[in-house]
Amino acid sequence: MVHQILFIILALISVAGAVNLLAQRHPINSALSLVVVMGSLAMIYLLLGAEFVAAIQVIVYAGAIMVLFVFVIMLLNAGAEERTRGSRLALLLGVPGVLVLGCLLGWTMVSNSKQLGGVSISPTNFGQTSNVARLLFRDFLLPFEITSVLILIAIMGAVVLGRRES
Amino acid sequence: MDIKTFIIVAVIKILLVVFILLTGVAYTTLLERKLVARIQNRWGPTRVGPFGLLQPLADGVKFILKEDMVPDNVHKSLYILAPMLALAMSLVAIAVIPFGPSITVAGHTTALQITGVAHADGSLSDINIGLLIILGATSIGVYGIALAGWSSNSKYSLLGSLRASAQMISYELALGLSLVGILLLSSSLSLREIVSTQAGTWFLGGHNTYLPHWYIFPQFIAFFIYLMAAFAETNRIPFDLPEAETELVAGYHTEYSSMKFAMFFMAEYMNMITVGCLATLLFFGGWHGPLFGPPVLQAVLPIFWFALKVFFFIFLYIWIRGTLPRFRYDQLMAFGWKFLLPLAIANIIVTSLIVALRA
Repeated sequence: MVHQILFIILALISVAGAVNLLAQRHPINSALSLVVVMGSLAMIYLLLGAEFVAAIQVIVYAGAIMVLFVFVIMLLNAGAEERTRGSRLALLLGVPGVLVLGCLLGWTMVSNSKQLGGVSISPTNFGQTSNVARLLFRDFLLPFEITSVLILIAIMGAVVLGRRES
Repeated sequence: MDIKTFIIVAVIKILLVVFILLTGVAYTTLLERKLVARIQNRWGPTRVGPFGLLQPLADGVKFILKEDMVPDNVHKSLYILAPMLALAMSLVAIAVIPFGPSITVAGHTTALQITGVAHADGSLSDINIGLLIILGATSIGVYGIALAGWSSNSKYSLLGSLRASAQMISYELALGLSLVGILLLSSSLSLREIVSTQAGTWFLGGHNTYLPHWYIFPQFIAFFIYLMAAFAETNRIPFDLPEAETELVAGYHTEYSSMKFAMFFMAEYMNMITVGCLATLLFFGGWHGPLFGPPVLQAVLPIFWFALKVFFFIFLYIWIRGTLPRFRYDQLMAFGWKFLLPLAIANIIVTSLIVALRA
């Protein structure tokens, strides 16, 4: 019961943050609403019993990556975005289209909920520190290490592209 | 325990901790002024109350009564949000810190920690990602400083906040890595668990020594990395470039006045206390210490040892402030990235090798 109430509140916050991200004109407000979305997602992970994933979501996404976004916006001193009227067709077709799609997806999921099955909340499920560690460092060690090399290559590529002008 | 008593106990604990913490913050400022004055051969505040003991109260009243100015052309909502965020995040960090084992008041036993609970069989448990929550709160706290500088619409504020956030992001890496050695030894992220693994004494060469089983002894390199990174995280001397008054007036809080300035001020001192608490919990055995005397004394002594160790760290903060000059900015960055970070990684490798060989 408490779980359900908390979930509804957090889901509303995260959807409101996402809508606000699109509606805001100033990039820094958009970036901060993305932080709100990530924070409420972290809380939803916490409700699922995935404490480690929740903490990493806050530390890495809301903390490190979004700080860099905000940093870039601050350094470039990006002003409020200019808006054109936009095409009327997009407004006429887009908004009802999104609504229809949402209803369709929701209806499909609810009507087929028996075949889809559910995720039960239990402490041994996933997202606990030891479970994540077991998956990363034992079962999927090789893909994990290869991904880290891939990220290293991406960083080196960024450095090379960044200082090309000499 | 039903939910009603749970909420009542939690609210009482929160109020108590916040009250004690804010009093501690107020008296840390007095301690700092007094100690720095002694180091510089002055008296420090002596006028308000005996030995100047009521000075924090006078300062608080002054902050509340000052005019709350909002400069023109600030980004108003973020200008107001920033100090609140900084203060809130330093309060969140204190919520997961255990101050002692447990306490029994009027038949109710509860853990001396906001997020800790006592079970019916007398065992205690707390949130099992406590350390990560503290790291998360500090990384969100960066927003408070970054947004304060940007929204103030002033060059000094912006430069100060850019310096502060760059410094905090850089040193957070070294800070996080210095804690990994402790995690390898204790194999838990719960702060209460980490403390309870530090009970007793080291068992060396087949002998039970008198050396307490604190992680400072096997992890002294990690301790020094932690201490330096934590000083940089809290923007204190010798890493206080974000508020270097000779260059930047006051850095990110230049444009703030009255209670909004006081919020930044309180957040900074609260972070100092949190860093002291964390150092005590991870490296100095938390509340463990010699227990003796009647049962009442035995119940109070753990809290006393904890407070004493935290006091030592606050003293160290102030002592260093009175002793060391400020780094240059390039020195600061080079020190963090080229010295502390490789050293922390080397410490992790050596520690994990030893742990693996022992297992």
